[in-house]
Amino acid sequence: MRLKKIVTLTVGFLICSSVPLFAHHGNAAFDSGKKVTVKGTITEWNWGNPHCFIEMDVKGDDGQVVHWVVEATAAPSLIDIGITKRSFKPGDQITATMTPVKTHQPIGRVMDVVLPNGKTLYFGPEPGLNINRGNEEAELTKINKAAQAEE
Amino acid sequence: MTNKVVLSGYVAALCCLTFAQTPSAQQSGPVNAQKSAAAPAPVHDLSGTWEPANGPKDGVQANGVKAMPSDGKPEHTPPFTPYGLKVFQSHKPLEGYTAVLPGYYNDPRDACDPLGFPRINFYSLRETQIMQNEYKIMIAYAYAETWRVIWTDGRTIKPVDGGVMMNGEFRESRWYGYSVGKWVDDTTFVNETWGTQPEDKVWLDTAGRPISDQLHVTEQFHRVNHDRLELTETIDDPKMYTKPWVAMNKFPMKLEDPHTDIEDMYCSPTEMQKYNQTIANPASGKTNE
Repeated sequence: MRLKKIVTLTVGFLICSSVPLFAHHGNAAFDSGKKVTVKGTITEWNWGNPHCFIEMDVKGDDGQVVHWVVEATAAPSLIDIGITKRSFKPGDQITATMTPVKTHQPIGRVMDVVLPNGKTLYFGPEPGLNINRGNEEAELTKINKAAQAEE
Repeated sequence: MTNKVVLSGYVAALCCLTFAQTPSAQQSGPVNAQKSAAAPAPVHDLSGTWEPANGPKDGVQANGVKAMPSDGKPEHTPPFTPYGLKVFQSHKPLEGYTAVLPGYYNDPRDACDPLGFPRINFYSLRETQIMQNEYKIMIAYAYAETWRVIWTDGRTIKPVDGGVMMNGEFRESRWYGYSVGKWVDDTTFVNETWGTQPEDKVWLDTAGRPISDQLHVTEQFHRVNHDRLELTETIDDPKMYTKPWVAMNKFPMKLEDPHTDIEDMYCSPTEMQKYNQTIANPASGKTNE
């Protein structure tokens, strides 16, 4: 699989604080020095435990479709930051940025998602968001709810 | 004025017991309104809905028990017995400095077994409801909507092989053990627990620290003021550790709005299987069976 053809791969050392704290497993499977961004269509939004995850089809420059899986936290932790079962639905065109797994499978741990309305949902306190570390859930909730507000 | 609060999810299990919510708990307003001036702690009263004061992440305890995170530092290494160390090394946790890839764990949590006590305090400790009457204190945890009872009616519990003697009658070891407690002053409640499950069924924490059926846990709940509760927990397990050690030290909880409705957080075998097949195994280079 030639991931280079279908993703924008940014290599850099990501600040650890940009990664949400997961309750179920640690960082061992993820390539924390990398960031991948893919644009595609959601096929399924799996809401549950131990992790919610988006499944999406991403069409590459060569016309081939790759099925990506984008892992988030557990459902209650997403609710804590204003992301719900209604935040995504099959057919949504999104752009997902994630930390990829080391095995080069099309799997990653989500950092943020650009919604069909062009606004961004943040799954953790990414650099540049100016999130108050002592109140990050409340501040992320405010940002994420605003992104999903119907106009 | 006394309000009878019936916890529908627990009614059957508790033989339709009702718990009287105290006036002080009824008067609790939204947390934001309480920040300005916390009232003094009520006497002999833990009731209310509590959540980690420093935010939900504080209760996750991803790297193991709060006071002894699994980071490889000597000062954070529990005083293992040789057998305890051997059992710890046989565990394949998904967190801590001995973490394995997501497809290769042997944590009973990931088979959706009950967390058991005291791990229920050391994994995803979120909104926690405490109710009390003259006989008992009941704690209802968010994770797996689990409840346990701490008896305050004066009964005796003595650990014996395979379980406990409760008021002189043998009872088999069980997931959440047998707890008895008492108030040591107006605002401090201390309880002890024995009779939990053996080491092949439960872990102490997500980092794979072991516990055995010889475990004796001392919990202290200190209500610092009306809105603040601190939880301290000491682990004493001579089979696994050479001496007692503190796993949670004054962990702060804040009083929630009593109207707070708590979210599900279950381990579903079906969801776990799908997660493992879709993410954990391929992310670990493991073939789905």
